[in-house]
Amino acid sequence: MITAAALGAMPYLVLGALLFSAGTFGLLTRRNPLVMFMCLELMLNAVNLSFVALARELGDLRGQVAVFFVMVVAAAEVVVGLGIIVSIFRRRPGATADDLSLLKG
Amino acid sequence: MELAVFVAGAIVCLLGAVGVITSENPVHSALSLVGTLIGVAVLFIAQDAEFLAAVQVIVYAGAIVVLFLFVIMLIGVDRSEDVQVEPLSAQRAAAAVLGLVLAVGLVTIVSLGSVTGTPGTADVADVAASNTEAIGRVLFTEHLLAFEITSVLLVIAVVGAVALARYRDAAFVDAEHPGDEIPEPVVEAETAEVSQ
Repeated sequence: MITAAALGAMPYLVLGALLFSAGTFGLLTRRNPLVMFMCLELMLNAVNLSFVALARELGDLRGQVAVFFVMVVAAAEVVVGLGIIVSIFRRRPGATADDLSLLKG
Repeated sequence: MELAVFVAGAIVCLLGAVGVITSENPVHSALSLVGTLIGVAVLFIAQDAEFLAAVQVIVYAGAIVVLFLFVIMLIGVDRSEDVQVEPLSAQRAAAAVLGLVLAVGLVTIVSLGSVTGTPGTADVADVAASNTEAIGRVLFTEHLLAFEITSVLLVIAVVGAVALARYRDAAFVDAEHPGDEIPEPVVEAETAEVSQ
């Protein structure tokens, strides 16, 4: 345990906002599906950071429990998402997100 | 003291984030992601969330990033993306503007707003119970149903991953890139013979 609540939640929330924006920018610009996935993880971690900061600010442990559930869902999402990506890359090696236009009208 | 920890963790986090979104090689992106995840774990510890910090390192940095690296190696590591190419014109500029607006907006909201809400009953700084014990109590009493549902979700994810990785369908394979050679399941071959 470090000193109790010396900083408050504000710096953590600002950092979470910056991380979330960085993840959004990466998700919008990168074309490799794997890197887009990593940017998604960045955004999830930014939200987790905000959850923990607010949990401490409000003295409510349920914020940390919410982070636990976010982690579980993120793990499940990564498993299924990577399975989809692997099956896409099996069909067309070197595909980028722009090549996956099969459903385009 | 906490300020020093926060500054160090924040720098590691932001450098890792920049590395993820700028690296041409996906492996470098994945390793930068490890940096961000470790930084977030440090910030969790700075906020007295020891259990989540441990889970962060074990699940995220340990399992998820290794899964990412495994997939990168599986589908070919030599393919690095040319980040200079911009298939849609002005896509990058639009994304930069959107990202900046998002960042400025979120930071403004966070700075101007105040944290509202009533303090919870399950206290973070409960000295009687350690962080892990307190989370366990809340998780297995108040959130037991949600916890069970997440276990169902994990089972579904495993089944889905196996189904995605295993099944071969005629419509699924195109002629030019038939993919890897997984033999047809034996059971199906036998039933096909029987039906003939």
